[in-house]
Amino acid sequence: MSRFVAKHVAGLPRSGIRDFFAIVAQMKDAISLGIGEPDFVTPWGIREATIFALEQGKTSYTDNRGLNALREEIADYVAELFDVSYDPEDEILVTVGVSEALDTALRAIINPGDKVMYHEPCYVSYSPSITLAHGIAVPIITKAEDAFAMTAEALAEAWEPGCKALLLNFPTNPTGGTVARETLQKIAAFAQEKDMIVISDEIYSELTYEGEHVSIASLPGMRERTLFLHGFSKAFAMTGFRIGYACGPKDLIDAMMRIHQYGILCAPIMSQEAALEALRHGQDDMLFMKERYQQRRDCIVERFNKMGLKCHKPKGAFYAFPSIADTGMGEVDFAKALLEQEKVAVVPGTAFGSGGKGFIRASFATSYDNILKATERMERFLETRCQGVSA
Amino acid sequence: MNPVLKLILEGERLTTAQIGEVLNLSRQEVEAEYEKLKTEGVLLGWRPILNPDFIAGKEVHAVIEVKISPEREGGFDRLAQRISQFDHVESCYLMSGGYDLLVFMRADSLHHVASYVFERLSTLPGVLSTATHFMLRAYKEQGYLLGEETLTDKPSMSF
Repeated sequence: MSRFVAKHVAGLPRSGIRDFFAIVAQMKDAISLGIGEPDFVTPWGIREATIFALEQGKTSYTDNRGLNALREEIADYVAELFDVSYDPEDEILVTVGVSEALDTALRAIINPGDKVMYHEPCYVSYSPSITLAHGIAVPIITKAEDAFAMTAEALAEAWEPGCKALLLNFPTNPTGGTVARETLQKIAAFAQEKDMIVISDEIYSELTYEGEHVSIASLPGMRERTLFLHGFSKAFAMTGFRIGYACGPKDLIDAMMRIHQYGILCAPIMSQEAALEALRHGQDDMLFMKERYQQRRDCIVERFNKMGLKCHKPKGAFYAFPSIADTGMGEVDFAKALLEQEKVAVVPGTAFGSGGKGFIRASFATSYDNILKATERMERFLETRCQGVSA
Repeated sequence: MNPVLKLILEGERLTTAQIGEVLNLSRQEVEAEYEKLKTEGVLLGWRPILNPDFIAGKEVHAVIEVKISPEREGGFDRLAQRISQFDHVESCYLMSGGYDLLVFMRADSLHHVASYVFERLSTLPGVLSTATHFMLRAYKEQGYLLGEETLTDKPSMSF
């Protein structure tokens, strides 16, 4: 029946990594550094507030845009943390995670054949989401020597006529790359010069360990051409709640709202209630988790470098992205052999685009015990497999 | 808070060398921190935290509320220290409220607890009354939740 599948869907690449994931899932005693979510369960206060909301009978639809109280709280939070103001009335839309916000944003702005620039290595959905919105994905490759920050030069080089939008994600999954204010200013100037709209997915922004996090939306002249996307999954350990939001100029949010109201209607009310609690009382828990991620980051990065896997210190998110190029193995072979021989699961860098060639992603959102055991096993793996590598 | 203390309070079992690595200290420096914490009386000792269900059947846990009369010199201290001396007494605190001391004890059997209370505790001069409560079931032990189901189908890999 494949003839019934739409062409642009049939053309989507099927991730080869899924088979690899299936092997990991069946391996009982594997240590997984391959998980893209916090190892913490959602803080109890947030879970308790969700239960209370259910007890109160809050099980209905909400306003398409999301609960008033939540949009007001989001406006305050974004103004304080990101230095940019949005009107809760018509400039904020509560969505089913940043995933829905991104999909809706792309569908709201892209005409068939419009080009959308994005940086690679990046989260797996960006390129397919652009394709599904009938856009053409134009990658900008970020490099290890820049700690995977996007440079204005790389942006200018990748640009071509017809580029309508620029999709940013800093701090970045999988590299932990961040962008300094000066670079962001140059990127903003370029976006203005070429009249591009910016979609900025800042889901990892609270998890910035060094330097300030600057939202491009806060730079002069950018608010009117930026869709700011954020959510609760990472900082508040709420992945399963599927709750996020988009902020932007009224016309764009209104366009997104129309897609959202027909496609989704509204984000689940219980998740919205949980998000409200996270913003009102979740700060301490969030900071507690952040501190732990930072300590674990320092530990895993040092261990990778010691064993001869060159690894920059990611300034944000909770992933280390070491190079395995010196081992002489490809990243997929490396990950497969490591799993087979030492039962440690990491994600091959190419899962995040061709820019991830020669790298692996290892999450440090896990216990010290796991990090220490896993890195000891990896060291042993390197000793037996690749005599050529030395610290 | 002292970083070594902060890290061991997280509850992961790490060797001195591992703690040193995590905190960027030498092994000797971590040992020195331990010594300092002990000398200062902050770190009293080391013990594993066991699941009370595992101990159940071998031991009974009791909490005893004790009313005592304070003495002219030393207030509650002398008597509280006397009560604390018994090996079966795990912890002993001076409390505000309806009684003075709260005594946590462990013993092999209910009978042992009873004989301690009747023969030793309540007969001490200055002890006015006692109320003994036996623990039936634990739901959380020193920060560790018990009987919480772990999610089995959480993906072991994700993007």
